[in-house]
Amino acid sequence: MVIIIQKGLPAINWQFLSDIPRQGMRAGGIFPAIVGTIYLVLGAIIFALPIGLLAAIYLSEYSKDNLLTRLIKLAIVNLAGVPSVVYGLFGLALFVIFLKFGASIISGSLTLGIMILPVIITTSREALESIPQSFREVSLSLGASKWQTIRHIVLPNAIPGILTGTILGLGRAAGETAPILFTVAAFYLPQLPHSIFDQAMALPYHLYVISTQVPNVDEKIRYGTALVLLALVLIMNLVAIIIRYKFRKRKKW
Amino acid sequence: MVKFEIHDLNIWFGSAHAIKHVNMEIQSNEILSVIGPANSGKTTFLRTLDRLNELNINYKMTGAVELEREDVRGIEIEELRRKIGMVFALPLPLPLSIFDNVAYGIRMHGEKRRRKLEEKVEETLLQAYLWEEVKDRLSESAFKLSGGQQQRLCIARTLAVGPEVILFDEPCSGLDPISTAKVEDAMVKLKEKYTIVLVTNNVKQAARVGDRTAFFLSGELIELDKTDKIFTAPLDKRTDGYIRGKFG
Repeated sequence: MVIIIQKGLPAINWQFLSDIPRQGMRAGGIFPAIVGTIYLVLGAIIFALPIGLLAAIYLSEYSKDNLLTRLIKLAIVNLAGVPSVVYGLFGLALFVIFLKFGASIISGSLTLGIMILPVIITTSREALESIPQSFREVSLSLGASKWQTIRHIVLPNAIPGILTGTILGLGRAAGETAPILFTVAAFYLPQLPHSIFDQAMALPYHLYVISTQVPNVDEKIRYGTALVLLALVLIMNLVAIIIRYKFRKRKKW
Repeated sequence: MVKFEIHDLNIWFGSAHAIKHVNMEIQSNEILSVIGPANSGKTTFLRTLDRLNELNINYKMTGAVELEREDVRGIEIEELRRKIGMVFALPLPLPLSIFDNVAYGIRMHGEKRRRKLEEKVEETLLQAYLWEEVKDRLSESAFKLSGGQQQRLCIARTLAVGPEVILFDEPCSGLDPISTAKVEDAMVKLKEKYTIVLVTNNVKQAARVGDRTAFFLSGELIELDKTDKIFTAPLDKRTDGYIRGKFG
C-alpha cells in the first residue's frame, strides 16, 4: 500500500486522469479506463440491486421455510464464493456468444451483476431478517397489508444493511479482472465508448495489460493506475458508508 | 349484544395443544378480563380473535370464532384487524415519530388529507390521556417517550384505526403503578365505545377493571362469570386457589 502510494503518486496529475493512453500505453493518461470502470460498475448495480433486493424480500418475507428454499439459500451463499473467472466464462457463453451482445459494456455489466448478486441477496436478506418481528406484528395488527408492512416498516429500517451488501458488491465489481476479461475489456482502445454495445477499457484489465503485456511501460504509470483503481474503490465505499451512517443516526430503536 | 361467539375452539402449535375445547361469548361494551398462570393459553386465545396466530407456521386451529355471527376466517384479514385492535404486552412504538405512529393505521387505509390526520391524532391522544404530555413534540421519535407514555401512545394508535374491539395483552406488565393506573383509567373510559378483552397476569387488575372474568388453566376455560362472583364465590376450587395466590 505504502509502495503503491509512494511510486504512484508522482504519476497522478490532471493530464494522467483526463487523457487517453498514447504511444502504445507507454504515455498519456487512463481516462477511458476510468470511464469504462465506472460504466461497468453502474451497469452492474442497475442490474443487480433491484433483482437482488426483490429476491431477498421474497426469501425473507414470503417464502416458506422448507427444503427447497433452504437449498436455494445455501446455493446463493455458495455462489458468493465461486471464483470470478468462472463468472467470466459464464458471461462469455451466455451474453457474448449466446445472446450475441458481443464483447461489450452490457455483457460485462451483466456478468459483474451476476457475480455480485449473491452478495447483495445474502446481506439484504440478513438486513431484512434483523428487523424485529414485533414491528411486523404491530403493523399487521393495525390492519396494514403484508406489502404495506414491508414497504413502510421493514424496508426503510433495513436500508443500512442493504447498502452494506451493495458496497461489498460494488467494491468487488470494480476491482475484478477475470469477469471482464472475456466479456468487455479492450486491450487498447484510446477513445470513450459510444454505446453500451461498445467495448471499453477498464482499470483492472488495463493495469494487467500494462504490467505484463506491454514492454517498457514506465513504472510510474503502472503504480499510478493501481493507485487510481484503489482510490476509486475507496471513494465508492466511503460514499456508501456515509449514506449508511446517516441512516444509522436516524435509526430509532 | 353478543360480539364474539367461540365454539369448541382448539389450537395447536406443532404438537402442543395450546387451547382445549373453549366455548364462550364476549358481550359488546364489556371489559372481559382473562386471567390464568403463565402458559395457560391466555395470549394465544387473544391472538386467535384477530388471527395474529396465523403468522406462526405451526399453528393449527379447529372450531370457530365468530365476530357478530360471521366467522373471522371469512372476513378479509385487513378488514378484520381494522375492526379488532391490539395493544401488546410491551410498549411497541413503530420506529417513526409520535405523530406518524398514531397516523400509521389510517394512512395505510388510504387517508392522505393532513387535516384529517391531525384531527384524528389529537382526538385519539386525548382519549389515551397523552395529548397534554406530547402535543408540543409530535415530530419527535416515539422512542423518546417513557415506557408508560409509549404504551398510551400504542393505545392511541390502536384507537386511531377506529376499531370496535380492543384486545389488551398484559398491557401493564412493564409499567409502574402510576402508569398502570393511567392505562386502567383509559380502559374503563373506553368501555363506553368499545368492547375490551384484557389479558392480565395481575389478578387485582382484573378485579379492578373487569366486568366479567375468565379463568384459563392449561389451555382450558375453567370458569367465566361476573368479576364479583369470580372473586367472592368462585364455583371451581382451582379458580379460588389461583386468585388467592395459592399457585401460578
